[in-house]
Amino acid sequence: MGFERQKDFGTPESQSAEQVTLTIDGREVTVPAGTSVMRAAAETGGDIPKLCATDNMKAFGSCRLCLVEIEGARGTPASCTTPVMPGMVVKTQTPRLEKLRRGVMELYISDHPLDCLTCSANNDCELQEQAANVGLRDVRYGYEGDNHLALPTDHSNPYFDFDPSKCIVCSRCVRACDEVQGTFALTIDGRGFASMVSAGQDEDNFLASECVSCGACVQACPTATLQEKSVKAIGRPEKAVVTTCAYCGVGCTFRAEMRGEQLVRMVPWKDGKANRGHSCVKGRFAYGYANHKDRITRPMIRDSIDQPWREVSWEEALGYTAGKINDIKARHGARALGGITSSRCTNEETYLVQKLVRSVFGANNVDTCARVCHSPTGYGLKTTFGTSAGTQDFDSVMDADVIMVIGANPTDAHPVFASRMKRRLRQGAKLIVIDPRRIDLVRSPHIEAAHHLPLQPGTNVAVMTSLAHVIVTEKLYDEKFIRERCDWDEFDDWARFVSLERNSPEFLEAVTCVPAQTVREAARLYATGGNGAIYYGLGVTEHSQGSSTVMTIANLAMATGNIGRPGVGVNPLRGQNNVQGACDMGSFPHELPGYRHIHDAETRSVFEKDWGVTLDTEPGLRIPNMLDAAVDGSFRAIYIQGEDILQSDPNTRHVAAGLEAMELVIVHDLFLNETANYAHVFLPGSTFLEKNGTFTNAERRIQPVRKVMEPANGYEDWQVTQMLANAVGANWNYTHPSQIIEEIARLTPSFAGLSWERLNEIGSVQWPVNEKFPQGSPVMHVEGFASGKGKFVVTEYVPTDEKTGPRYPLLLTTGRILSQYNVGAQTRRTDNVVWHDEDVLEMHPTDAENRGFKTGDWAKLASRTGETTLRVLVTDRVAPGVVYTTFHHPSTQANVVTTDFSDWATNCPEYKVTAVQVMPSNGPSEWQEDYADLAERSRRIDTAMEPAE
Amino acid sequence: MSSTVETLRRMAGDIARNFAAMGHEKAVLATADHIYQFWDPRMKAAIFADDHSHLSPIARDAIEYLQTGSHPASQTRATEFNSVDEVGHSDAG
Repeated sequence: MGFERQKDFGTPESQSAEQVTLTIDGREVTVPAGTSVMRAAAETGGDIPKLCATDNMKAFGSCRLCLVEIEGARGTPASCTTPVMPGMVVKTQTPRLEKLRRGVMELYISDHPLDCLTCSANNDCELQEQAANVGLRDVRYGYEGDNHLALPTDHSNPYFDFDPSKCIVCSRCVRACDEVQGTFALTIDGRGFASMVSAGQDEDNFLASECVSCGACVQACPTATLQEKSVKAIGRPEKAVVTTCAYCGVGCTFRAEMRGEQLVRMVPWKDGKANRGHSCVKGRFAYGYANHKDRITRPMIRDSIDQPWREVSWEEALGYTAGKINDIKARHGARALGGITSSRCTNEETYLVQKLVRSVFGANNVDTCARVCHSPTGYGLKTTFGTSAGTQDFDSVMDADVIMVIGANPTDAHPVFASRMKRRLRQGAKLIVIDPRRIDLVRSPHIEAAHHLPLQPGTNVAVMTSLAHVIVTEKLYDEKFIRERCDWDEFDDWARFVSLERNSPEFLEAVTCVPAQTVREAARLYATGGNGAIYYGLGVTEHSQGSSTVMTIANLAMATGNIGRPGVGVNPLRGQNNVQGACDMGSFPHELPGYRHIHDAETRSVFEKDWGVTLDTEPGLRIPNMLDAAVDGSFRAIYIQGEDILQSDPNTRHVAAGLEAMELVIVHDLFLNETANYAHVFLPGSTFLEKNGTFTNAERRIQPVRKVMEPANGYEDWQVTQMLANAVGANWNYTHPSQIIEEIARLTPSFAGLSWERLNEIGSVQWPVNEKFPQGSPVMHVEGFASGKGKFVVTEYVPTDEKTGPRYPLLLTTGRILSQYNVGAQTRRTDNVVWHDEDVLEMHPTDAENRGFKTGDWAKLASRTGETTLRVLVTDRVAPGVVYTTFHHPSTQANVVTTDFSDWATNCPEYKVTAVQVMPSNGPSEWQEDYADLAERSRRIDTAMEPAE
Repeated sequence: MSSTVETLRRMAGDIARNFAAMGHEKAVLATADHIYQFWDPRMKAAIFADDHSHLSPIARDAIEYLQTGSHPASQTRATEFNSVDEVGHSDAG
């Protein structure tokens, strides 16, 4: 694809099934009813000049450039605000229109700098383009009058500038902030000639405003008023390549706009089915880590972790590693070896890592970060629905009438989807939020939850069961759906259970801290408010009863008939970009790709025949069990691709002990992450910009990742894994990820219809994609559940063993913030740190006052597991008795405090409930001091030896 | 006793506790099924060798059932996996 802006049709696409035929400039055209004249013209080959119109927001009708003549109509109406009518005859270009448009353009240009040659938007400016289109040759008014040309530029945002001297006050930025992003940070301040775009109050600049830097305003701006600093620095892009974001599970697609091999900017792709042309601050701007000075591009080895790293050639690194692996295997057996696949890497890379572990190492000790996030989703939805993937596509939210958000904070963790959800809420859908914190969705501009259930952390099952109690006892369930789609006897058993008095909101109020009346009202709304859609996140899964809570959610959706059509469903919001794909590719220790158990001889034989090996017949170790086994001495070596378990996994001391006990830790990553402090081999990785492959997002959508620059380390990650496999003794010879996709399709029924070529043709597809579903599957369980009947499961509330008491009287829960991602390895190495440069501890004013804290004070956060220090933020966003922090910064290491307790079914850690005490502190904890020393020593690199190659 | 054995006891106990609503006999089978399908051999061996008096009755009976070399058929849909040519199930995490 060469560089050209994506076609802009001026106004949104009409969804009407009714067709209207009209004539435009003598051409008979047929378009859906509700289409604007502007769009009808653009869709049929005739663009009408425009400035204030753009197709991802409603028509505004202010610029008066898109005027047309319509037979029988008076005047010259704006084509953007005029809908097509049957038989309408439109003229878009007449002498009268020419004159009018030129006059309008003259007025615009009379207050616009004529610096096109030095302007950063030169040749990529709609104002410039439209001036040319209307034939502007002169400005009769001169430039001597009042103007805005001397207004200063606001450089405060790290990623874009606001130059009001170039603003034409078309309001596209303001409308983008309102309609697309839903933040309402911008406004037009003043009247008439004094009208100006403003980010908040007079004294606010963009950085100080409520702007969330999603980039929608920059994308919408038709001039250089709002423009990326990178474009100013580098120049106009010369080509664009569509690829998929490597941050959260939404899976936004972007045009990587390039000059040579230099990335100029990432612009959301309007045809992207997950993001529909929108973006967030991470995907849009936070890619600078790819060229950060911390990036390691040469392999390194060391014999022990107290030595400095030694840069070596790839050959030496791989030879050293293979020798160690073979030696450990000879001494301790294959089951002493294992690996962790990365949810940030492609499907093809993940597939190869599990293949390496199973077929080359010879054991099934492979796991992935889903272990610590959504593994309970897998267990819970599989038990109830028969298949565990999210049931809907993201578009589905636009058909929802009642949206229930449980244990998720979409505006921070899945911001692009949150913007769509907020758009639906502004249209009138009702919102129920179940979360210990008053997240932004509870109340933000033009959004207010109908009900917020601020439950006590650890009581999800109790709250969900009490909702079910109301639905059953008040007979609000959908009997027809249940009889058709589920087993009635199982429903009956479940209904009897939830109807017990001990499951009533009134009885459980003492446990959940949620007023019974609020629970009753929320239950009634969900059951009777129309299409009910549930979205949930790690606040559901990361508990000792994570799997049970997922089942309670599924029970509720089935009982109310909210499954199997657009606008309803059960939707896990997955954390990392390819966590769904990593699971699909066989990253769990008990199953091969396609969710087939390793015990199954027939399945094994398919892989054994294709791979030419004999597979271990028993499940392998999960991540926490690998660490236990390492401490016990039976697990000796691990290959970790693109994960930082030391920072992300619970009970950091135990993780460190496990890693330290291993003979060989191989870290394959972009940076010397925290886990690498305990590594013996470092294999440099490649970024998503440097590789080909596919990611699968939270809606099961498989999307292409395309290489836009050569890997700084020399190899894509799948190539590194292949080189390692071959060094250990395999004979792999893939030359492109498309061959790995072929192998996946050949061996995995749910991907049988997938190929790189097909994906490039259709853009994306939601699995299953095979003979039965050649076009993929946007909504699941439409005709019935994947495995026959939906299953109601009795879920008894079992309180966590993590209890508060006199020593640890507060409950800590952890989460994310908008500008940072996971352990921060990427985002901490971008300008996103201007918004969040340290983890802070949110504390309710009452708890703060009792302990003598004010915002900014240092506090020691201590649990039974460990302690750390961080600054306090006093806020009533958290309830009394609850404190909250993020885990983005290794200097804090929030997981020093979290415990080994985990979900009963999947061992997903109980990050969301830790009993803690908080007390004043005047410095870092002993752990932090020791760790800082270790991290510094561990990152020494001896570069004296030149690589052999 | 290693901390690993303590962890395994807790894991077995948690599984048993969450199946308890099924009634003792079914819960024993479900617990045994879960451990059979998801635990690595060394984990099973360690808990077999452990003193079972520390386990809850359901967990104990499940471990002793597995120790005889038996394993139950799938007791929940979580342990029904796709057959070789099947598409239906998944347990994406």
